[in-house]
Amino acid sequence: MGPQQFRAAIRFNMRLLFGSCFTLLIAAALGLGATWFTLTRGVAFGSLTIGAWTAWPKSGSVDIDPYARASIARSGELPTGTGDGVAFYAHTDDQGNSFDGRCSFTISGLTPAARYWTVTLYDPEGRLVANAIDRHGFTSEEIVRDSEGHFAINVAPLARPGNWLPTGGIEKFVLVWRLYDTPIGVATRTTKEGPMPAIARKGC
Amino acid sequence: MVRALLWILAAILLGGIVHLSTVLAMPQAAKQDAYSRLVPLTPVNAMVPLAPPAADAQIMPFMDPAFAQAVCRYDLAGGSLKLLAPVSQAYTSVTFYTRKSVAYYAINDRAAGRRTIELDLMTPEQHAAVPEEEDVTAADRLIIESPSTMGLIVLRALAPEPGLMPMVRGALAAATCSIQPAQ
Repeated sequence: MGPQQFRAAIRFNMRLLFGSCFTLLIAAALGLGATWFTLTRGVAFGSLTIGAWTAWPKSGSVDIDPYARASIARSGELPTGTGDGVAFYAHTDDQGNSFDGRCSFTISGLTPAARYWTVTLYDPEGRLVANAIDRHGFTSEEIVRDSEGHFAINVAPLARPGNWLPTGGIEKFVLVWRLYDTPIGVATRTTKEGPMPAIARKGC
Repeated sequence: MVRALLWILAAILLGGIVHLSTVLAMPQAAKQDAYSRLVPLTPVNAMVPLAPPAADAQIMPFMDPAFAQAVCRYDLAGGSLKLLAPVSQAYTSVTFYTRKSVAYYAINDRAAGRRTIELDLMTPEQHAAVPEEEDVTAADRLIIESPSTMGLIVLRALAPEPGLMPMVRGALAAATCSIQPAQ
């Protein structure tokens, strides 16, 4: 082998080394980044979105997809079983304003058919939020309704008349609407079957 | 140029493999999944009530504070399991989870249709070993097959208003789960 061929061989090997190192680094970053992103953002298939509310009815059955499975294993929660009910999550109001605990929001309107429902306010990690009146949510039985049976929930940092759900002034919160013993689920396709309450921002 | 593109293509393909394999491996690798959280708090094959979630302390994220909960962490290696749960006034449900938090079966008080929810939980092998005539004579006997030997039974009872919580917790305290020795 002459000196010229020797140099060419070294150059080829160096390129191979750099190329494979570069590829492995990018692959690790891409793969782990995508995993982190999908698990923290709650990407799962078969979601059911009605207004600002999204549910993953399949997550409560053996048909749960691998993303939801991984996300549940990571967070440590137990999903609501399909024969029990369905949980709808909201991170923003109907206009897409994210839930800021320093602002006030109103939830009102219709709820889908269910024997009972509950609404609960959590921080983004699923913890209850400390507040002076120890109120973290409402059930369908205890909510105060007007003479026509309609209700409005005031989600606000400071005390409000009526159904006040305190935010504790935290930066970001999540609302979970759970329907128990309900026909809403995997087969639900249209908003007509499941009218979920409207959420509007009232001020900051 | 072409070579650089090939390297990038290889990186994307490999990245996809890394992504899929980490997602699939997560349930096996997770150290803080629901079952692991319950191991120090619950004995095996006994129904124990869970502390209600509070702002500063909760066992699992996204627990519904309107519900009283009790858990039976089961291991069917020693035989099938019998679950007896009295139905509380408002709403009671039982959800069965595998070791990896997959909810494979859930039933509520109305679907169970009795004052007491009564269920037998067994592995497919134990179910196959149940004498056929016994299966037929006990038509109202509800048998659930667990896809895994270990798992969780979670009993949830609704307190429609906070004042009813002590009563609901009292009703849940009467629930039992116990191993039935093989005949």
